[in-house]
Amino acid sequence: MLGYDISWAAFNIIEVMSASKFTFKRIGYLAASQCFHEGTDVIMLTTNQIRKDLSSPSQYDTGVALTGLSCFVTPDLARDLANDIMTLMSHTKPYIRKKAVLIMYKVFLKYPESLRPAFPRLKEKLEDPDPGVQSAAVNVICELARRNPKNYLSLAPLFFKLMTSSTNNWVLIKIIKLFGALTPLEPRLGKKLIEPLTNLIHSTSAMSLLYECVNTVIAVLISLSSGMPNHSASIQLCVQKLRILIEDSDQNLKYLGLLAMSKILRTHPKSVQAHKDLVLQCLDDKDESIRLRALDLLYGMVSKKNLMEIVKKLMTHVDKAEGTTYRDELLTKIIDICSQSNYQHITNFEWYISILVELTRLEGTRHGHLIAAQMLDVAIRVKAIRRFAVSQMSVLLDSAHLVASSTQRNGICEVLYAAAWICGEFSEHLQEPHQTLEAMLRPKVTTLPGHIQAVYVQNVVKLYASILQQKERDSDTEAAQELTRFMVERLPQFVQSADLEVQERASCILQLVKHIQKLQAKEVPVAEEVSALFAGELNPVAPKAQKKVPVPEGLDLDAWINEPPSDSESEDEMPKAIFHDEEQRHTKQQPPKADEEELARRREARKQEQANNPFYIKSSPSPQKRYQDAPGVEHIPVVQIDLSVPLKVPGLPTSEQYVKLEEERRHQQRLEKDRRKKKRKEKKGKPRRHSSLHTESDEDIAPAQQVDIITEEMPENALPSDEDDKDPNDPYRALDIDLDKPLADSEKLPVQKHRNADTSKTPEKEDMPVTEKKSKKPKKKEKKHKEKDRERRKEKERKGEDLDFWLSTTPPPAAAPAPPTPPPTGCLEEEPRVNAVITAPEEEYEESKRQEQDEEEEERDPEKKPAKHKKKKHKKEEKPKDKKKSKKKPPVNDEVEEPLENGALNEEPLPPMSSYSLLAENSYVKMTYDIQGSLQKDSQVTVFIVLENQSNSFLKSMELNVLDSLNTKLARPEGSSVHDGVPVPFQLPPGISNEAQFVFTIQSIVMAQKLKGTLSFIAKNDEGSTHEKLDFKLHFSCTSYLITTPCYSDAFAKLLESGDLSMSSIKVDGINMSFQNLLAKICFYHHFSVVERVDSCASLYSRSIQGHHVCLLVKKGEKSVSVDGKCGDATSSSATCWRR
Amino acid sequence: MIQAILVFNNHGKPRLVRFYQRFPEEIQQQIVRETFHLVLKRDDNICNFLEGGSLIGGSDYKLIYRHYATLYFVFCVDSSESELGILDLIQVFVETLDKCFENVCELDLIFHMDKVHYILQEVVMGGMVLETNMNEIVAQVEAQNRLEKSEGGLSAAPARAVSAVKNINLPEMPRNINIGDLNIKVPNLSQFV
Repeated sequence: MLGYDISWAAFNIIEVMSASKFTFKRIGYLAASQCFHEGTDVIMLTTNQIRKDLSSPSQYDTGVALTGLSCFVTPDLARDLANDIMTLMSHTKPYIRKKAVLIMYKVFLKYPESLRPAFPRLKEKLEDPDPGVQSAAVNVICELARRNPKNYLSLAPLFFKLMTSSTNNWVLIKIIKLFGALTPLEPRLGKKLIEPLTNLIHSTSAMSLLYECVNTVIAVLISLSSGMPNHSASIQLCVQKLRILIEDSDQNLKYLGLLAMSKILRTHPKSVQAHKDLVLQCLDDKDESIRLRALDLLYGMVSKKNLMEIVKKLMTHVDKAEGTTYRDELLTKIIDICSQSNYQHITNFEWYISILVELTRLEGTRHGHLIAAQMLDVAIRVKAIRRFAVSQMSVLLDSAHLVASSTQRNGICEVLYAAAWICGEFSEHLQEPHQTLEAMLRPKVTTLPGHIQAVYVQNVVKLYASILQQKERDSDTEAAQELTRFMVERLPQFVQSADLEVQERASCILQLVKHIQKLQAKEVPVAEEVSALFAGELNPVAPKAQKKVPVPEGLDLDAWINEPPSDSESEDEMPKAIFHDEEQRHTKQQPPKADEEELARRREARKQEQANNPFYIKSSPSPQKRYQDAPGVEHIPVVQIDLSVPLKVPGLPTSEQYVKLEEERRHQQRLEKDRRKKKRKEKKGKPRRHSSLHTESDEDIAPAQQVDIITEEMPENALPSDEDDKDPNDPYRALDIDLDKPLADSEKLPVQKHRNADTSKTPEKEDMPVTEKKSKKPKKKEKKHKEKDRERRKEKERKGEDLDFWLSTTPPPAAAPAPPTPPPTGCLEEEPRVNAVITAPEEEYEESKRQEQDEEEEERDPEKKPAKHKKKKHKKEEKPKDKKKSKKKPPVNDEVEEPLENGALNEEPLPPMSSYSLLAENSYVKMTYDIQGSLQKDSQVTVFIVLENQSNSFLKSMELNVLDSLNTKLARPEGSSVHDGVPVPFQLPPGISNEAQFVFTIQSIVMAQKLKGTLSFIAKNDEGSTHEKLDFKLHFSCTSYLITTPCYSDAFAKLLESGDLSMSSIKVDGINMSFQNLLAKICFYHHFSVVERVDSCASLYSRSIQGHHVCLLVKKGEKSVSVDGKCGDATSSSATCWRR
Repeated sequence: MIQAILVFNNHGKPRLVRFYQRFPEEIQQQIVRETFHLVLKRDDNICNFLEGGSLIGGSDYKLIYRHYATLYFVFCVDSSESELGILDLIQVFVETLDKCFENVCELDLIFHMDKVHYILQEVVMGGMVLETNMNEIVAQVEAQNRLEKSEGGLSAAPARAVSAVKNINLPEMPRNINIGDLNIKVPNLSQFV
C-alpha cells in the first residue's frame, strides 16, 4: 500500500473481508486488492467467502467482491469462480452486470478454458440495454481481440452495427481502435469502413474520437494495397485534419498529430511532404516529445535538395541539446536520414564525412559505433572519397586523446576503430603515413577498449608495410631500418595487453617485424613480401550472407571435425576465428545497411595461410556459381568525383564550409546549365562534375550504391529464416482460441457441485425418453467421426460465407436482408403439418385468439411462420389441425437422423438465416423487416424496415403509415394524428438501401397481430416524378415480443420448480431437419436461447418484453418434434404457442 | 488496459498508488520515484504524454498525466487506450473527487485515502475503464456511503479496533495547519462526451 509492504496483515485482511457489515467488507476487499497477489498463500482461503459475497442479495456486496477480485484473481480463483461470475453477467442490476463483464477478461487471462463457454454470453452483452454494460463488453472484447484479432473477425458486422448506432464516445473509440487492428487481416472490411469513418471525422466534435478515426482510416489505407478511387481523397482528409491538430495550441494534440502523421508517412510520403514547413516548425518546439516526433517525420521529407539544409539545422540542435537522450536521438536521426536508401540523397560525400567527423565531437553519446559504421561504409563504397576520408581519419587519429577520453563501450571512441582501419587499409592515400603510424603507437592507445586496440595492431602493420615499400622505393634503407626499430620498440606495449586478441596479434606481429629486422640487417629487400600480406581489395558482403550459404554438396557438417571436407572447391581460407567473432559481435549492434563491409574484411593475403572455410564468400569470382552474384569492387560503378577543392583540410573540417561550397557549386552549375542549354536535363543538383562526365545526373549515383545491395543477396537456395518472435510466455497467447467453433459438452465451466446439488436435477432430464435415445444408436463410430469432420468443415465455410456476405454488401443495413426464399430442404417452419395442441387456460384471451383465427386465412409469411393454429373456446386440449400446405418433404436425411454419442459436438451446417423477412415489394422498392422488443420499455417493440430502391429513380419523401389496431399503435411524432404517416428520415438513390426504425406500442403481448400499412413516396427520374404507394401487412407474432435472454440451468430449474408457470404443449409432425438445425432456427427466429441440451432434447428460455418467463422443452422424435411450453404469466402461455 | 494509476504531490510523496499488475513493493516505490522524476522535469505547458520506456512493461506503454495544483495524476496505459480518452478520464476522476469531497485538496487524499480508492474503483476496475459518466459514478459512491452510514459507519467498529487505533502514538498535530491554497482547481475543459 503506497509502496509499503502490508503482506503481514494478509490473514487479518481476510478476517475483515468476511465481516458481515458492508463497511468492513469494503475495507477488507480494498486492502486485499492492494496487497494480495498470486503468491499470497492465504488467498485460497477466500474462495468461499468470495462466492458467498458474489451471490449476496446486496448489489454492493457483490460489487465490492467483484472489484476486489479483479485485482487479485488467480488461476485457482478464476477456475472456481468462473461459473458464478458468468451467472452474474446476466444479473438484473446493470451495476453488477458491467462489473461481471469486465472481470471476465481477468478470468480469461488466468483461466483460458473459460473463454469459449463464456464467449456467447459476452457477445450477448454487446447488445445489452444498459450502455455501461455494453461499453464494458466492448472493452473486454477489444482487449481480447487486440491480442488475437483473427479470431474476432466474425464479430465485425456486430461491431459495425454498434459503431453506426452508438453515441457513446468511449465505446466508439474502442470499436474504432479494434477495427484498426482488424483491417490488416481483412482488406474488404477496410473498404466498408472508410465511408462511415470519414463521416465521423466530418461530424464529430470530440478530438479524441476524431483522432482515433483518423488513425483507423490510416490503418485502413495502409492495408489496402491497391488504389481505390477515393483513396487520395481520404488521405487528403486525414492529412488535413492532422494539420489542424498539429497547428493546435494544445501540445497534446500536436503530439498526437505528429504521431499519426508519421504513420501516413510510411505509405504516402508525398502527402506529408507538403507539410514540411509545419514539421520544421515543430523541431523548434520547446517540448522534447514533440521534437522527437517531428524528427521521425523528417526522415521521410528529405530530398537531394534540402538534405544539407535539414542536417545543418539538426546539427545546430545537436549543439544546443541538453540531455544525452535527445542528443543521441538526433544523432541517430541524422545518420538515418543521410544513409537512407543507400545514401540516395547525398550529393556530396565530403560533406557527409565532415558531418560524421563533427559528430565525433559529441560527448557522452552511446552511438559511437553508428558513426564508425558509417565512416567505414562510406569509405569502402565510395572510392573517390577515400583520399579525403583517409586525411580526415588521420587527423582524427592524431587527436585521439580528445575522442578517447571516455572509454566506455559504444562510446565515441568507437570511431577510432573505423579511423584506424581506414587509415591502414587505404594507407596509399596518406599524406604523412609516418606521423599517423606514430599516432597509432602512442602509449595512450593501450587505454582503449580491446577490440579497438586489436584493429590498431593489425592496421599498424598495414601502415608499416606501405611505408616500408615507399622507403625501399626511395632506397632509403636507413629510414626503413629506423622504422622497423621503432616498431619493435613500440609493439611490446600491446603484447602485454590484458585483451587476449590484442595480445595474440601483437605477439605474432612482433615476431614478424623482428624477422624483417633480421632480413633488413642482411640488406634483403623485404617490402614486396611484406606488402603482399595485404594485397588485394575488400568487398562488402551482406550481413546474413554467411549464415545463408547452403552447404556444398557432399559436405557433411556433422562429420568428424578433424577430417576436412575433401571436396570443398573453394580455395578460400578461413580467417582467424577469433577475429571473425569480433566482427560478428560488432555486426549485431549495427543496422544492417551499415555493416556489410564489416564482414568483408577478408584479405587475400590471409587466405593463403588459412585453412578451408566453406562459409566464406569470395570477392573474386569463384568456381562456385552461386557466389558470382557478388561482384568485385571493380565492377562497382563508383562516382567519379572531380575534386575541385584542396583535399587537405587543415585540422578538422566543418561541415558548414561544404554547405557553402555546395551552394556555390550548384549556382555555378546552374550558370553552366544555362550556358549549354541543350544539355539541360542532365545536371541538376550534381556538383563536381566538371569533367566531360558531368552529364551524369542524380540517377547515376544510385546505381553506384545499389551494386552493394546486390551483395546482400542471399545464396539462391538459402532458406528464409522465419523468426518466430512470439514469446512463448506471453499470457495472451493462451487466449488464442477459435471462438467460432461450436462448444463441446466437455467445455463447461466447473460448477461447485455440493452447493447446488439440489437444483442440478433438471426436469427435462426426467422426461427424457431414454428408449428413444437407445434405439438410435446403431451407427458406426468411424462414420460418425468422418461426418463430424465434414460438418465441422462446412460449419467453418459457412462462417466464412457469412462474413463474406456481410463484407460484400455495401451499405450496412443491406447486409441484413435475408435471402427471400429459404433453402429448399430442411426448413422446418414453413411446411410441416401442424398438430397444435393448445392449452389456453384463460378465457379472457379468446378475443385475441379469434382475431388470430381470422388472420390465419391470410397469406403467411414463410419466414416468420406466424401461422396460428388455435381453436377458439377450446381451452385445454386440442384438435390437430391439419392445415394448409402439405408439401412433400424430401426424404429424411441419414446424417440428420444420426444419433450422437456422449453428446459430442454434432454440428451441421445451418442454412443461412436472417431475421429480416420480406414485407412487400414492387418495382420501385423492396421492404424487409424485423421486429425486436426492448427490455427497457416493456410495451414497445421496434420494427426495423429495410427499404431497398430497386428502380433507377430517386425515391424521396417516403412516408410510412399504419392502420393502428386497438392493441398495437405506431408511435408517431408528437402532435400528429393517428392518420398521419411517419416520414422516413432518408432518401434513396437508385440501388441503395437503408434501414428505418419505427416504434410500436403494444397493449397486450399475448396476441399475434397483423397491421395493414402503406408506404407512400415520390419516385423521381429523368422523365419527372410520380407519387407511388406500396401496401404491406405487418405481422406481429407472439414471439416477436420475446427477447433473447440467456438463462442458466440452475436458475432455469428453479424457475420450473417454482410452479408458477403454466403449461401448454404441441406436437409437430414431419420435421425432417436435424435437431441442431431446428434449435438454431427456433433460437434465431423466436428469440430463444438454449439452456441445456442433451441429445435430442433441449430446454430453451426466453423472456417477453413485459418480463414474463417463457420456458420450452423441445424433444425430437423420429419425424416429429414435440414442444412443451411453460410461461411465467399464465396469459402468455397460450399465446406463445408454437405457431408454425 | 491501464497498468497503474499513481497520484503523487509536487515533492514526489505518493498519495494514491494503484497497480493493476503485481510488482514487489520496492519496484513500486522505484516506479513512483522514477515517474515522479520524469514528470517533474516537464513544464506545465508541454504535452501530457510520455513514453515510459523501461518503467512498466516496455515500449507499448505510455504515461499520461495531468498536473493539478499540488498533485500529479499519472496513468500508465498500453496502446489499446486512447491517449486523449485517458486524459479525459483523469479529468472525470478529478472532477468526481471534487464533487465527492467538495473542493478537493491534497489533504482530502491524505486523510480519506480509502474513499479515494472507492471512487477510483467506480471508475476503473482491474485496469479497465468501468464507467465514464460522472453522475453515475457519484450516484454509486453515494449509495454505498449511505449504506455504510446506515450500518453506523466505522464508529461501530469493535471496541478492540477502536482502542487499537487510540493506542497508536500519533505525533502532536498542530491545531491549525495553514495549508494555503491547496485546492485543486478543476479547469473547464471542453467536454469529452
